[in-house]
Amino acid sequence: MVEVRTDLRDSFIEKLIELARSDERIVVLDADVSTSTKSHAFAQAFPERFVELGIAEQSMVGTAAGLATMGLMPFVCCYAVFASSRAFDQVRISVAQTRLNVKIVGTHGGVSVGMDGPTHHSIEDICLMRTLPYVTVISPADDVETKAATEYITRLAGPCYMRLLRVKVPRIFDSGYEFKPGRGLVLSPGSDVTIMATGVMLAHALKAQDKLQAEGYSVRLINIHTIKPIDEDIIIESAKTTGGIVTCEDHSIYGGLGSAVAEVLVRHCPVKLRTVGVRDCFAESAPPHDLFEKYCLTADAIAHAAKELIQEKV
Amino acid sequence: MTEFDELKDLAKSTRREIISMIAKAGSGHPGGSLSIVEILVYLYSRELRVNPEDPEWDDRDRVVLSKGHGAPALYAVLALKRFFPLSELSTLRRLDSRLQGHPDMLLTPGIDMTTGSLGQGLSVANGMAIGSRLRGKRIRVFAIIGDGECQEGQIWEAAMAAGYHKLDNLICFLDHNRLQLDGPTEKIMDLEPLADKWRAFNWNVQEIDGHDFVQIQRALERAKKERGAPHLILAHTVKGKGVSFMEHNPVWHGKAPKPEELKKALEEFQNG
Repeated sequence: MVEVRTDLRDSFIEKLIELARSDERIVVLDADVSTSTKSHAFAQAFPERFVELGIAEQSMVGTAAGLATMGLMPFVCCYAVFASSRAFDQVRISVAQTRLNVKIVGTHGGVSVGMDGPTHHSIEDICLMRTLPYVTVISPADDVETKAATEYITRLAGPCYMRLLRVKVPRIFDSGYEFKPGRGLVLSPGSDVTIMATGVMLAHALKAQDKLQAEGYSVRLINIHTIKPIDEDIIIESAKTTGGIVTCEDHSIYGGLGSAVAEVLVRHCPVKLRTVGVRDCFAESAPPHDLFEKYCLTADAIAHAAKELIQEKV
Repeated sequence: MTEFDELKDLAKSTRREIISMIAKAGSGHPGGSLSIVEILVYLYSRELRVNPEDPEWDDRDRVVLSKGHGAPALYAVLALKRFFPLSELSTLRRLDSRLQGHPDMLLTPGIDMTTGSLGQGLSVANGMAIGSRLRGKRIRVFAIIGDGECQEGQIWEAAMAAGYHKLDNLICFLDHNRLQLDGPTEKIMDLEPLADKWRAFNWNVQEIDGHDFVQIQRALERAKKERGAPHLILAHTVKGKGVSFMEHNPVWHGKAPKPEELKKALEEFQNG
């Protein structure tokens, strides 16, 4: 099969434009990065429903909250790192405490941003957004899931953070894909070990699964697109079925998917967990592929962690 | 009887409620609550299109108290205007109360925005003003910010955005009481030239005595006539206004009066 690679930013904005034709509540805000977040396509389609705030993310999030109080559904488009950490207090109070219908789309998640370097690598956004009550946190893995998630969050009444990517990613799901909010998706059953991945790491997890299966291991592979609320059932079931879990994310190993899974495991079914993600460091400027190699966000790293777990079980 | 006797009485009642509820709670911010009393009393008596029977009315004018620590003043006026029972004021800052230390839009009838972290409210007011425009409404948005709050960078992000987007349905009162938690604004972080700063951000600026109903009325009338830019009403006020021992004294930024002090303050209202 020919690999189709797509840009999630394009998928998101295409879907949003389609939805906005029939949903007049949808407005988009940007902070001078619309050609980069791709929200400029929305601005062209609906110039009167696009609000430019300039390089002022805190003002942008506050303005979005104000728009939401007026019955509109603002989409804040911004680099993930600035939407989450720069404007954290604004999201915390003006959006989360108010439970307003603000959608925050962080377009440049993880170290996969690449050459712009650690100032622009968003490796804390999932952690930060996850600590906020009432905020749904979604991290789609491909274009199909991004479109489905976009459609879902327009039906969701309340704040949401959706993390997209700058790098193109391979298509994983087919047209029959159904987005089930808050539910993990079992891509393959297995009994030796569970791999749970989110976002860009799902493609790497699939490759890891291939490697492991070639070596005779039975791998349960799960896509976690909704990190909050986390699917507790699928984590508990996986722990019981396989006795060990590897989480994979282009994010700090602190506070993201790995932590969310750990929190469930220690309460309900303590089994060993390996977290593949950015260790306790900032990365550096380099092409995404090189960063993934150096910072161990690869199929090999995932397979290695999985085998360690399997061996420890014996 | 003059035109504003009724409002003056209401201002006195508001001050009485502010001091009483903060004393009862044992904590709160009397100084910056007392300085915005006339502004709020005027707005809720003469200016705002709001309905206490239907606080969520879609077409109502919006109020954002960006300096959220002035909440007792807003609570007092809302209660006196029957948005909720006056008796509820004594629950301020207590467990399960609808009256939080800082305004919470999800809990209190009549509160349009949750505030408390300084600098955020004006951006929200911008969004409301833009939202009114997008929805083809004629809703006006009133923001109240503090002078110390103008030390927050986000205020100037919002000022720039409102000027650029020409939000003439936005009227912002700047409560210029010249004191902040640690002392006089000019000693902590000087704001001057404050009016010129707002003019430079393309706002219509007026300066008034923020305790004078005639001047508040005139400024609002003028603001309604001038189109094409947001309106900043720089209200010169007195922190702790109306309580002799609180006036001009930064100690009363965030301190509750003791029973003896409450008694003295209430006597002053009685005799004043």
